Amino acid sequence: MTPILEVRGVRKSFGGVVANREVTLSVPEGKIHGLIGPNGSGKTTLFGCIAGSHPIDHGSIRFQGREISALRTAQIARLGLLRTFQQTRTYVKMTCLQNMLISIPAAALGWGGLFRKSTPADERKAEELLEFVGLFPKRHLRAGDLSFGQQKLLEFAMALMSEPRMLLLDEPTAGINPTLIEGLLDRLRRVNRERGVTLLVIEHNMRAIMGLAEYIYCLAHGELLAEGKPEEIRSDQRVIDAYLGAQ
Amino acid sequence: MKPLLGYGGLLAISLLLPLLAPAYQSQLAFLWVMVVLALTWDLLGGQMGYNSFGNIVFFGVGMYACAIVQRDAGLAYFPGLFIGMACGAAIAVAAAALLGAGILGLRGHYFAIATLGLGVAAGELASGWEFVGAGGGMVPPLFPGAVGGRERFFYYLCFAIAAITFPVLRWLYRGRFGLALNAIRDDEDKAEAMGLHTTRYKATAWCISALFLGLAGGAVGNLTGFIDPREVAFAGSTYGVWMVLMAILGGKGTLWGPVLGAVIFHLTKELFWTYLLGWQRVALGLLIVVIVIFFPLGILGWARQKWPERFGQRVEAA
Repeated sequence: MTPILEVRGVRKSFGGVVANREVTLSVPEGKIHGLIGPNGSGKTTLFGCIAGSHPIDHGSIRFQGREISALRTAQIARLGLLRTFQQTRTYVKMTCLQNMLISIPAAALGWGGLFRKSTPADERKAEELLEFVGLFPKRHLRAGDLSFGQQKLLEFAMALMSEPRMLLLDEPTAGINPTLIEGLLDRLRRVNRERGVTLLVIEHNMRAIMGLAEYIYCLAHGELLAEGKPEEIRSDQRVIDAYLGAQ
Repeated sequence: MKPLLGYGGLLAISLLLPLLAPAYQSQLAFLWVMVVLALTWDLLGGQMGYNSFGNIVFFGVGMYACAIVQRDAGLAYFPGLFIGMACGAAIAVAAAALLGAGILGLRGHYFAIATLGLGVAAGELASGWEFVGAGGGMVPPLFPGAVGGRERFFYYLCFAIAAITFPVLRWLYRGRFGLALNAIRDDEDKAEAMGLHTTRYKATAWCISALFLGLAGGAVGNLTGFIDPREVAFAGSTYGVWMVLMAILGGKGTLWGPVLGAVIFHLTKELFWTYLLGWQRVALGLLIVVIVIFFPLGILGWARQKWPERFGQRVEAA
């Protein structure tokens, strides 16, 4: 299995604080992998490094075999590697449908694409995806008028609209009504299975990530603490200590 | 059908206005200039969320460039004027591309402050440059036609500029361009994370804004008949501020808001100048304070908040 994403020896420090210390991990094409770790362990920083939000100190990040650690966020996104945000970011003053329409893949659009009109095919696709996440009836509402959980679903639908090869999801179930979490996890699996989108998921909800991911990496204090199948991680004493704060 | 009727009616009224009110032709010409100023400001300030206080630079650049062509090219009046305006627009666009590359990377207040400096700097430069008359300003050539024909001609010229600006912006806002500007306004980092060519959109938007400002500048220089570097061309404290206010008054980030704001503001301003002479600037200042306090969203912004369904924001039964 060829890895679609390969992170090797990545280090990122902010002043004196080392947020990622020689982190190495890889995600094979078509799989769902998880990334866990206590608060402040450097998970979101690692996502930022991969997605090009901040330059890394050293190390290598390869996506589909191509070195991307020197590229900017928008360039990485156009290659098909997209991230969603922990705090959820949508275009709040635009309607859900507009949020979707602006998210069509930007890679194929040249200078002429700047002034392109949305086609009926775009609109159909946008509506299908809104239907998929259950927001179709609210498609003409402003994104900012949705609840936090609904905005999270919209952000997920926007990501799908741009036809990514791989998604970095930062806590997809946080803020979602517990009764809806199962449905969301099911959608993540379907996106992975039916659309072939590789997923790397940060999650604090242990039950959710154990059921979703087939392989899990655990970070603590910026270092890779453990990795393995969910059952191995669950019973790993170092992971339990990291979460419970044992000496 | 209905909107077509509305646009047709507006067009008819606009074409007939100078015949109905010949005494006010130059004020009415300025009304269309105000509409262009408000619309082009809103392209960045409203739709894209980049509050520019330096758009007046492109207005002044267009004005000077046009006057220079008229003075030095040795053309007859009308060819000189039209070629001058085209050159003014082209140079304004080039200036926007050049300045944009430098400062469109700044965000929020930093961008606003940088552009504020641009307007001031341009005025100082022009008033120290002999080639453009320095502090003494420039006088465009005299209009060749009969008395009164000049006002009528410039009314229609200014109307034509507004009548081109509006549909072009309307068309832009209805496509991906408008959506992209709104996305940049709402969350530029997110837009980048989604792979949008944000730099490309921002630069293009500023260039389009400069294009129409340059055209308008060329016409206004000839309409006023005298180009003062600080009071007419790079008039940051009057036109530069007014364009922002008009867009805010009507509702920034809407297509019709700047038009509505420009009409209301210009009429009020002219009334103040007529009936409150001596106190007109005080009254205008008060009006500005009232606008900002009571209509922070503008007239159309307020209407959209009150009747969201009228603006297409609705929930549908599943």
